Amino acid sequence: MTTKIYIPRDAAALALGADKVAKAMEEAIAARGLDVTIVRNGSRGLHWLEPLVEVETSEGRVAYGPVKARDVASLFDAGLVAGGDHALCLGKTEDIPFLKQQTRLTFARCGVIDPLSLDDYRSHGGLRGLQNAIAMDPMAIVAQVTESGLRGRGGAGFPTGIKWKTVLEAAGTRKYIVCNADEGDSGTFADRMIMEGDPFVLIEGMAISGIATGATKGFIYTRSEYPHAIATMAEAINIARAAGVLGQSVLGSGRAFDMEVRTGAGAYVCGEETALLNSLEGKRGIVRAKPPLPAHKGLFDCPTVINNVISLASVPIIMDKGADFYRDFGMGRSRGTIPIQIAGNVKHSGLFETAFGLALGEIIDHIGGGTASGRPVKAVQVGGPLGAYFPRALFDTPFDYEAFAARDGLIGHAGIVVFDDTADMLKQARFAMEFCAIESCGKCTPCRIGSTRGVEVADKIAAGIEPEKNRELLSDLCNTMKFGSLCALGGFTPYPVVSAMTHFPDDFKPAPLVEAAE
Amino acid sequence: MNIHQPRADVTARTLAIVEELKGLEGPLLPILHGIQHEFGYVPQDCLPVIARELNLSRAEVYGVFSFYHDFREHPAGRHVLKLCRAEACQSMGGDQLAERAKRLLGIDFHETTPDGAVTLEPVYCLGLCSCAPSAMFDGEVHARVDAGDLEALVAEARR
Repeated sequence: MTTKIYIPRDAAALALGADKVAKAMEEAIAARGLDVTIVRNGSRGLHWLEPLVEVETSEGRVAYGPVKARDVASLFDAGLVAGGDHALCLGKTEDIPFLKQQTRLTFARCGVIDPLSLDDYRSHGGLRGLQNAIAMDPMAIVAQVTESGLRGRGGAGFPTGIKWKTVLEAAGTRKYIVCNADEGDSGTFADRMIMEGDPFVLIEGMAISGIATGATKGFIYTRSEYPHAIATMAEAINIARAAGVLGQSVLGSGRAFDMEVRTGAGAYVCGEETALLNSLEGKRGIVRAKPPLPAHKGLFDCPTVINNVISLASVPIIMDKGADFYRDFGMGRSRGTIPIQIAGNVKHSGLFETAFGLALGEIIDHIGGGTASGRPVKAVQVGGPLGAYFPRALFDTPFDYEAFAARDGLIGHAGIVVFDDTADMLKQARFAMEFCAIESCGKCTPCRIGSTRGVEVADKIAAGIEPEKNRELLSDLCNTMKFGSLCALGGFTPYPVVSAMTHFPDDFKPAPLVEAAE
Repeated sequence: MNIHQPRADVTARTLAIVEELKGLEGPLLPILHGIQHEFGYVPQDCLPVIARELNLSRAEVYGVFSFYHDFREHPAGRHVLKLCRAEACQSMGGDQLAERAKRLLGIDFHETTPDGAVTLEPVYCLGLCSCAPSAMFDGEVHARVDAGDLEALVAEARR
């Protein structure tokens, strides 16, 4: 029987040499005359172990990692094909604690299947949600998504079902589904992983969304920084179209839905939904004032569903297993699971999908295993460049939209960046302002001018120039930006700045300058 | 990449790209990407051609071109090294790595070495935040980049 060896094609694995490992494995297989095929899967999300090579054995998949090309010969010598023991052997993949503790709903197939095999996708439960949806009335699909409690995973947390209902009820002969895959937040990579590791789940989610709202065309707007995700998504769309999952008659239902991938051009602000719509239309990625809501007047002024990748990729399982199944996970108003991305200076980095409600400290200390540098954790930034910096004192915060908001933070797209005690929080606050200045679309004054002034004020504090006055000025500026900006870029940049000032005041009191002798 | 393109050639190649893509809904970004892919940058001679074909003003096309960080007005070096400057990479020594790259190449961000070998660019997140710091060299991704890796990349670019 042919043995399968899995070597990820996820960008993180590639960046750590997965292609070199695959090449060395191919050569070794040929030289040794082994009956082995190599499958290029997505990533399991255990990124500190990438490239993570797996072998299918009669007892299940056995993992090895991190594998380098130079390890390949010794792996085969140790009987890799039969799951043999080796210094890099991690045992059965499913038993690795980081994976075993997860609840994988959205990412159930990611890293397990060949991302471009529709047969693999079907045999692992794929397309069942869409099958159910095409037999249903659109209103019933929308109701099921609403009842599941699914909220926008892009960060705003708006109930997905309500958004869909607005589009379903909007008048219009042409409607669109737009997938926001402009994942620009540092510390996040869940969208990239699903597009590279299980693209059909996103296609299925978008097709369900189209059938539920009467939209016949979908766009995935992603980033030029994600060439692998773009290529995999585009190929998966072609496969889905050839198989009749997309096209004039979705799975033979007589209802049409098709889609394409579009690439941004390095503008962070295009992750903001209205800027994204302008960019898709071929305009400058400038934020639009709301109302009108995109659900009423979105892409080309047509009713448009605009959802994050993870929101859409969570829909198939809701349509397959039911609203109750999904809603039973989570806490409070945060229902279901959330793929937490653990990044930065952390020992066990990667993607951890779990029900809402886990304490932040549990994620950092136990799942993440503390810092990679071995030094104490100083701060964690949750929610990307617009998310607050939390000190250890707030590590009891449960991972939940409302709990984070109550502590002046946000979970955003659920990325966590860990910093050790060498971090300078004044520098981080300055960077938040600098990033906003670089990426501001320029439409509203608080964001466009405020961010530049913010950098200057932070520099004055660092230089010891009237620090008390300038700290006050920085707080005041943050207040203006928070309440006066048109979108989250200017409006949320104050989160990292203010949280850094509040929780790490010592970093904002640099040593006084030595007076120069006259 | 550095060869000057005669104007007529630019126009013909631009027209071919526009012709292929103008049927898309919202074709301007795909066209600009196509132009940059074709020429390595966006020659300013292209812009009036695009404007005419899409029935837009030249100002509108220039406005879109200049809004996005990706589109270059001038050719890049033979190799492009992008270093991630965002928070996750900062937490793993990204700033020191960037300083090292600047010193090794003798240039700042957005500059090209005098021999035309390398252009150094910042990038804000490659989605490799779990294995920081990261870089992209001629479209290929690299993670957990240390001083040695950086030197190897620079040496490769200089060859």
